[in-house]
Amino acid sequence: MAVTSEDLGNTGTLIYPSRIKLPYTWHAGKAGSRFYQGLRDNCRICGTKCPQCSWVYLPPRETCPRCYRIMDEWVEVSNVGTLLTFTVTRYAVPSIQPQEPPIAMGIVKLDGASSGLVHLLGGVDVSELRVGMRMQVVFREKRQGNYLDIEYFRPLKT
Amino acid sequence: MDRMAIVGVAQTKYQRRNPASHAELSYEVTRDALEDAGMTIEDVDNTVTVCNDFWDGRTISSMAITEATGSHRVPTTNVEGDGTYGALMGLMRILSGHHRVTLIVAQSKASEGIPSVITNAMFDPLYERMLGLDAINSSALQMRQYMSKYGVTEEQCARVSVKNHRNARNNPYAHLPLDISVEDVLRSRVLADPIKMLDASPVSDGACAIVMTDESAAKKKGKKAVWIEGVGHCADAYHLGDRDLADSPALEAAARRAYSMAGVNDPMKDIDVAELYDAFSYMELMWMEGLGLCRQGEAGAMVDKGVTEMKGKLPVNPSGGVLSAHAVQVAGLARIAEAVLQLRGEAGARQIHGAKRALAHGIEGACGQGHCVFVLGK
Repeated sequence: MAVTSEDLGNTGTLIYPSRIKLPYTWHAGKAGSRFYQGLRDNCRICGTKCPQCSWVYLPPRETCPRCYRIMDEWVEVSNVGTLLTFTVTRYAVPSIQPQEPPIAMGIVKLDGASSGLVHLLGGVDVSELRVGMRMQVVFREKRQGNYLDIEYFRPLKT
Repeated sequence: MDRMAIVGVAQTKYQRRNPASHAELSYEVTRDALEDAGMTIEDVDNTVTVCNDFWDGRTISSMAITEATGSHRVPTTNVEGDGTYGALMGLMRILSGHHRVTLIVAQSKASEGIPSVITNAMFDPLYERMLGLDAINSSALQMRQYMSKYGVTEEQCARVSVKNHRNARNNPYAHLPLDISVEDVLRSRVLADPIKMLDASPVSDGACAIVMTDESAAKKKGKKAVWIEGVGHCADAYHLGDRDLADSPALEAAARRAYSMAGVNDPMKDIDVAELYDAFSYMELMWMEGLGLCRQGEAGAMVDKGVTEMKGKLPVNPSGGVLSAHAVQVAGLARIAEAVLQLRGEAGARQIHGAKRALAHGIEGACGQGHCVFVLGK
């Protein structure tokens, strides 16, 4: 193949565009599997509780990051909580984003949990979002046993 | 114990779409760092590369640059985190007693991939990754939590960006030297609020290399030795929701270790210049607090008072920082290289007069999950 000066552009070097496709399957582990089963089958959000520091972790996992103790106690938490922080993404990266921008996301600490859950926010004019707002979970109608079974958090209707 | 020294440094100019290949960038800084050290590749007895498979678009990416870094048939190891961790690895190789001269090379061409897609992949595929979280919007979550907890304002964050882009005008390697105002930052395009375009670092290609030696090799060869007085590193929890994103206990721990090793009692008094990993404007404020330069939530007021300006009590990022040139992973090693130039009195127009002790800092993971702190002295 002959390389012409047009191929080289103004840098004098070739640029080779390509794409990496990498299929992969992830095992959710014991804690993740139980979490997603509860979410899918009963709209229940359950975390694991540390026997030492009593923290309740979401997403649940088998080891307490703080105490390094095995956690085998499960605790159901509320589907209502407090908004710790939020952002609205304005740029589009279609291959990674679940919806078109603007995309509101936040971290919500559900009542009964010690850690926050990062998730999408919805059902609200984004200009009304405030740190400290009370939020509630909106479950997806057709749940598949993944993180998007929580469709989004919306402000709590009082 | 033997003292360890940095005897040579080199950087490329940082720019978007550098037409050089990964290997060409690596070769350029390897050659220049050796020349700076007054050494040849024969003097190097081991190498540490810093590159990452996702950013390089190939697996075992370090093996593809062995020739360019003089690593052919030489003990070589790769660090796929920030460049400061590459320097840490290099230090440990010499401390093992089996090596005396380590060449550390970091290279990155972030502009060849799609940074949001690559940084999205650092999040748990079963959880947060599905939300489209990436380096920008995850940092936006941190920025708002920090501002909200301590009453820090967008103006104070913008002031960091104004200062660093202005400092970058004195740095020939910088990607984005700019003369901008706080208003310009506040009015720049919103990426993920409260992060605006001018609160964010650019996507830069570039490379940096340093040569590290033990004391005797430094005294024999290195006319310009800068000494490693202390180092510390520490990591926080992986899931963002486990952390109070407004604070950085991992950085506090890393700094404590580095300070105790270096005999730094009061960093504001004992350190003359600091180069921090400010991937976003607010980060410089948070890292100043984590490093104990002031109390939690007070860095914004310090910046308001000009304490971190070129002529302030403790200049932060005279190079322009990561806000002015962000070759991912290279950027931490570049902080070390800049600190070395300051201590040698060779930082040109960005020189802090009489700098005797410098701090260099790197991060890895989302929202500064891990931190690495170096204290360097003359």
